Amino acid sequence: MITIKYFASLRAIAEKDDDSLDIENPITIDQLSDIISKTAPKMGAIIREKKVMISVNQEMASADTIIHDGDEVAFLPPFSGGAK
Amino acid sequence: MSTTTDSKIRIQLEDFSVTDEIEAMKKVSRNIGGITTFLGTGREMSKGESISELNFEHYPKMAEKKMEEIRVQSIKDFGIIDMSIIHRIGPIDIGENIVLIVAVGEHRAETFKACEWAIAELKRTTPIWKRETTSTGEVWVQDTP
Repeated sequence: MITIKYFASLRAIAEKDDDSLDIENPITIDQLSDIISKTAPKMGAIIREKKVMISVNQEMASADTIIHDGDEVAFLPPFSGGAK
Repeated sequence: MSTTTDSKIRIQLEDFSVTDEIEAMKKVSRNIGGITTFLGTGREMSKGESISELNFEHYPKMAEKKMEEIRVQSIKDFGIIDMSIIHRIGPIDIGENIVLIVAVGEHRAETFKACEWAIAELKRTTPIWKRETTSTGEVWVQDTP
């Protein structure tokens, strides 16, 4: 099972804070976005259009990063901490 | 509100004392000759709109990890003695403290450079998000200048 986390503006789009997903074999981020698109098309489109950053186990990932059972995947909108 | 100054990387709900944080960093070494601080505070106006409240959210563990990477890189690249980075989360009123960076070094030049780099890097790499509440509603800020 993998854990999926949504932060800030993405929670409203995904309509949830987090999610979990059973995977039989390792999958890529692209494959994960296809799975997410089936239940949350808007979220899937945002991932495919690379409007968000993605981390796997709290390290930045790319489209071909492999996700394994037990991993934590997070979708991160552009950061805005700190101060101008 | 009291807060511990033990850890050099902190994300916390409570306010912090700039004086206490500087004093804590002065104890790191007797060779400190220059200290540069950056303090970010809650600004009232954003894009022509008056803000009534700010709210910060972070990705626990990853945000702390990124801030520690910034600290380590600052020491390595700029030759400063040490750095502390404190960021608040949760609701923050206008004028309140948001983020503090304290860079300590033997001389001022490297601490100025390290402090400026660190706040820019924090905004670029650290998963912290700001939500502004204005008269027209709430919006997550997504620009990173």
